[in-house]
Amino acid sequence: MRSHRWFTPWLLVAPALLWLGAFSFWPAINTVRMSFTNAKPLGGTEQWVGLRNYTNLFSDPQVANALLNSVVYMAVCLPLLTLLPLGIAVLVEKKIPGITFFRTSFYLPVIASAVVVALLWNLVLDEGGVVNNIVQSLKWVQGPIPFLTDRWLVVFSSISLTVWKGLGYYMVIYIAALGNVSKDLHEAAAIDGAGAWRRFWSVTVPGVRGAMILVAIMICVSALRIFTEPYFLTGTTGGPGGFASSFVMIIQQYARGLLGNLGYASALSVVLFFICLIPMLILARQNRKES
Amino acid sequence: MSTTPISQSADALPQLEAASKGGKRRRNRGFNSTSPRELVIRYVLLLLVLAISIGPFLWQLSTALKSPSEDIYGASSGLIPQNPTGDNFGRVNDAIPVLKYIGNSVIVAALVVFGNIIGCTMAGFALARLKFRGRNLVIGLILATMVLPGEATIIAQYVTVKQLGFADTLLGVALPGMLGMINVLLMWNAFRGIPEEIDQAAIVDGANVWQRIRYIGFPAVKGSLAIVVIFAFIGAWDDFLWPLIVLTTPDNFTLTIGLQYLKGTFSNDPRLIAAGAMIAFIPIAIVFIAVQRWFFRGVGEGAVKG
Repeated sequence: MRSHRWFTPWLLVAPALLWLGAFSFWPAINTVRMSFTNAKPLGGTEQWVGLRNYTNLFSDPQVANALLNSVVYMAVCLPLLTLLPLGIAVLVEKKIPGITFFRTSFYLPVIASAVVVALLWNLVLDEGGVVNNIVQSLKWVQGPIPFLTDRWLVVFSSISLTVWKGLGYYMVIYIAALGNVSKDLHEAAAIDGAGAWRRFWSVTVPGVRGAMILVAIMICVSALRIFTEPYFLTGTTGGPGGFASSFVMIIQQYARGLLGNLGYASALSVVLFFICLIPMLILARQNRKES
Repeated sequence: MSTTPISQSADALPQLEAASKGGKRRRNRGFNSTSPRELVIRYVLLLLVLAISIGPFLWQLSTALKSPSEDIYGASSGLIPQNPTGDNFGRVNDAIPVLKYIGNSVIVAALVVFGNIIGCTMAGFALARLKFRGRNLVIGLILATMVLPGEATIIAQYVTVKQLGFADTLLGVALPGMLGMINVLLMWNAFRGIPEEIDQAAIVDGANVWQRIRYIGFPAVKGSLAIVVIFAFIGAWDDFLWPLIVLTTPDNFTLTIGLQYLKGTFSNDPRLIAAGAMIAFIPIAIVFIAVQRWFFRGVGEGAVKG
């Protein structure tokens, strides 16, 4: 028995297919095409330039810098954001009085716009800001610490903001994963005399291994996609000499205005895509292995 | 740290014994309960994380409420403003047309939320409940978009929106997000959870596709739909990079883009910057607190379905 006419499902998926084509696949194809041209943001004639954008890109110090920043970003965020949110998730998993309040509060940094968060941290980390006032009044340092202007300090300021904002986000993924951790195993370990710390490492962590790999991949990809935090902390320029720039900041800079170069920005985008693909392929391999 | 009772069942067994022996207070605690010592450690750690997570917001709110004469940085400044004033919020409105920007953000968010509710429910239902040739291909194509980071196609997306004639418009800001592929997958997954038999019974009773969506599918996936709505709203309200690329006329700015001006114009008065940031944060915090029940329940459901 047929429950519907042949075109009904297509009618229902039509908007999704339209959006899929218009805002995912076509832009992806167009990005690759434009990366071989000198397309300008303001339109005008577009010429085929072959691999020139790509060869320029590999000798561009800005790109090397953005890559270096991404690697540092990953190296710092990866351990912090795979483990701290798991600890917090374990902490809020148990339904004790007031736990809803804590869960909700821990998630608030996630729902705040990166703009709001960056403005907030500007006030905290500025040379005249709170942290500098405290450490100076305690006579710990001579002059203000240049959190937002020093080449590396600004990267770490941006990282601390990302970690702070990420805690609640990954906490929620872990809350979902903890639901699948065997309670029996926990109790068996407890009877065998394993302490809480021991059970965390021997039961909880292996139990959420899948979620942990997923979280690690998400952190790697988001370290490559970072934009708003460094954009705002450095006053939109990427700091002194643009050294704190991220990949997406460079792409955005080339996307607009008279000096824009959509062709070059597109080539950067293609490279960004392939770099992001690496952690995702690792995830896909892990999933295949496990299933 | 090694003695921190992170997990719950440590003291469950002794207490179960205690409960069976009687004693009113202990019996109330029941199975899977917590020792007082564990509770104290838990709350101390919870309060520590609380201070880290919402401390900066409270400090920013306090800064926004402080009068110009009050110290905001020095050792003498406290969290509680001495003379709380709402003036800073009014001054933000004098500096940037903040009500206009809020209106723009609301329009974009509304378009994105309604687009996702309709588009993702329809597509999710069809992919999960209707058999048709090419279904697996469509699912595969949607899954394929998951490996495409939005930032990598943002330039070409802008070119598309421009060619459609929507550059520098609010519709142009909303358009790409109005039907999120991840949301289609979420709804697909939610509809798949409905038992086949219910659907078949409805078909036998002569229900058509629309009736099945309306009376069987929709009530069963409300939780997942709530998650889609929450994420669509937050995403649209908070987005920065895409509106920054699409919009050029200040009149069309969304709130996040408009806030940029605040920093440039008033870099010397942190009270105003704090007030502006709070204007962007408080509405979404209220929305989230109002719906958090469904949000965390949805997260739990996801875990059960695996």
